[in-house]
Amino acid sequence: MRFINKSVGSGGKGTNDFIKNVIFEYFGNSFLEELRDGALINLKKESIITSTDSFTVLPEFFPGGDIGKLSIYGTCNDVAVSGGIPEYLTLSLIIPDGYEMEKLLMIFDSMKRAIDEVGVKIISGDTKVIDGISSLIVNTTGFGELKSDLNCYDRIKVGDKVIFSSDIARHSVAVLIARNELGFSSDIESDCCNLYEIIRKLDYSKIKFVRDATRGGVAAVLNEIADKSGKGFLIKEQNIPILESVNYFCEMLGFDPLQMANEGVAVIVVDRDYADEALAIIKESKNGKNAAIVGEVTDNTKVVLETKVGGKRYIEIPAGELLPRIC
Amino acid sequence: MKLIDSFRDKEKVDILLKQIDKLNIKDKEYRFMEVCGTHTMSISRFGLRTLLPENILLISGPGCPVCVTSQGEIDAIFDLVKNNDVIIATYGDLLKVPGSNGENLYILRSMGFDIRVVFSPLDVIEIAKNTDKEVVFLSIGFETTTPPSAGLVKQLVKENIKNVSLFVMNKTMPKVLDFIANQENVMVDGFLCPGHVSAITGERLYEPLVRSGFACVISGFEPVDVLMSVKLLMEQVNKGEFWVENNYGRVVKRNGNELAMKLMYEVFEDSDAYWRGIGVIEGSGLMLRANYKDFDAMEKFNIEVDYSKSLPGCRCGDVLLGRIKPTDCSLFGNRCTPEDPYGPCMVSSEGSCAAYYKYGG
Amino acid sequence: MCLGLPGKVIEIKEFSAIVDIAGTKREVSTMMLAENVEVGDYVMVHVGFAIAKMDPEEAEETLKTIIEYADEID
Repeated sequence: MRFINKSVGSGGKGTNDFIKNVIFEYFGNSFLEELRDGALINLKKESIITSTDSFTVLPEFFPGGDIGKLSIYGTCNDVAVSGGIPEYLTLSLIIPDGYEMEKLLMIFDSMKRAIDEVGVKIISGDTKVIDGISSLIVNTTGFGELKSDLNCYDRIKVGDKVIFSSDIARHSVAVLIARNELGFSSDIESDCCNLYEIIRKLDYSKIKFVRDATRGGVAAVLNEIADKSGKGFLIKEQNIPILESVNYFCEMLGFDPLQMANEGVAVIVVDRDYADEALAIIKESKNGKNAAIVGEVTDNTKVVLETKVGGKRYIEIPAGELLPRIC
Repeated sequence: MKLIDSFRDKEKVDILLKQIDKLNIKDKEYRFMEVCGTHTMSISRFGLRTLLPENILLISGPGCPVCVTSQGEIDAIFDLVKNNDVIIATYGDLLKVPGSNGENLYILRSMGFDIRVVFSPLDVIEIAKNTDKEVVFLSIGFETTTPPSAGLVKQLVKENIKNVSLFVMNKTMPKVLDFIANQENVMVDGFLCPGHVSAITGERLYEPLVRSGFACVISGFEPVDVLMSVKLLMEQVNKGEFWVENNYGRVVKRNGNELAMKLMYEVFEDSDAYWRGIGVIEGSGLMLRANYKDFDAMEKFNIEVDYSKSLPGCRCGDVLLGRIKPTDCSLFGNRCTPEDPYGPCMVSSEGSCAAYYKYGG
Repeated sequence: MCLGLPGKVIEIKEFSAIVDIAGTKREVSTMMLAENVEVGDYVMVHVGFAIAKMDPEEAEETLKTIIEYADEID
């Protein structure tokens, strides 16, 4: 089959063939192969973390990743930063009628590699083929045992340190340039990666809070934490990790890199006495080489940036879609 | 990038701050207007106000092209989109400017109207070549941004492309600067003159200001540029002698870019223009010359602009003239925020109000 | 108004040039430049046009002046 057609989502023979010949080929495991209506999983702990997310990105393939990789890491990262160990995933596909099989297989290939890297299993799924959309929509839901709750706002104390696990804004910029609407080219790659790999070796009892800084960027995360915890932040611009090319691309279009989406950056609040050790552990991981301690928790309820030249300003929550500014 | 980074160097900034401190006559108030929105943004983004002594006030002037565009023109754009099967090509800055009834181009795009964001006027050519529809380019900006619009028109002629027209809202600096200088009770001692406008116009643009008794320093946009310009402005004010000082020599030449000025006036000619919150200023706008009228969207689509429209309660005009600070407007921060802007100075990210709101002034 | 960044010219075409803005590349029109640009020159880029050729020596001068201010203070 060169092109996906409606029979794949029909529930009949087309669906069966697709599941057995394609899905099992890439994602097969004992849960899936039982072909039950619902997967039976036996979780050893009382608390589990679950998270769901739908993914759509244009273009579907971009430097440093594609929608496949994004949809696996994205959900696993949400489970991981909540304090869970990503173990199981469900996978729902909404495929445009007439979608090229070759493209779908490339995406599956990329999903498979991400799944193996994180060490999760796909245990249930669904496929629909519909008219009226031009690109793939993927939903994944993740489950995992809770190791330790990393989302308790009341654990955050004045003086705690803030770590960015990698350089910021790379995902947004890579996708924007790949869209080729504004005529720029670069070798900037998305930061899309497995965040569990970054945090798993940390001492969870000394981590106060973790969140991945996707849409809205680190600006949105810091403001959300400040809002819910009643604390504030002082962030030093000098210490924020960012590639020069990413930074100036943002400037050229009038974007604030703090507000740009990431797919491989965790904002980690840690006990101040543990900060240096935590940073060293993160920097040893594959995806955390550019990590840095960027600031600390204050008793002011605002998120304040100390700029490179020593001035101060607020870091604001981005208001809607970022639009290139020219004048 | 060295040409930028060395102008963001903290060590040099600290030297300049010490210099400013030394020059500062503390019981005096220094009021400097930055005419350019990009200066406003830079001052806010680097938190420069928090570094300066309290008696040195940086006031944002009418240099954000979106902010000074009249409500009538904004509404006319929306009528044009809704009543004709056209593609709108625009700089991103205009997408969130609200019309009288609260809609904006962003909403219209979601409703299915074909609105495309371009980085350069020349990007319009590619759009036009791939459609039979009429493409309307929203031409906005001052002396820096207008020659590129003229460049687009020349290119359209050269490639014999007929399905493009320009909705011309371009304005020029000399007359509005006169206007500010000649207001009653001018609350300004000097001007931080716009670097990139000056790169086109040259230094002469500011000579009338100097004659009217204002300090003038042409400035770049990096922290070192702005603070050094503030220092140079203070020197003129302290001496009571005024001249045009070019503190952006790496980009601005004495005579500017004569080729760009020629290109601009080959395609456009001076006309009267309506500035939001200010009113009509004679000879402060531009229109297409007679031989380029085929590219005039106003004529092609019979657009009538109602210049009497305004937003009740909005004090953008007073903000633009330096009469009040954004925070002095009663709508600021409640009825008017960047998420739900009422006036244009809150819409444009370089608008004084948005910059104040986002970065705390 | 007028957001601009310096770009380093890396390739010259008839009416345009490819510039490198700290690692990101774009074609910009050179229609507005009277003077010739060569590969390695810096131009100020605004809305896809080179609006001025930059003078790096002049930049050095400005920076040197500031260092001299420092001596004045001391």
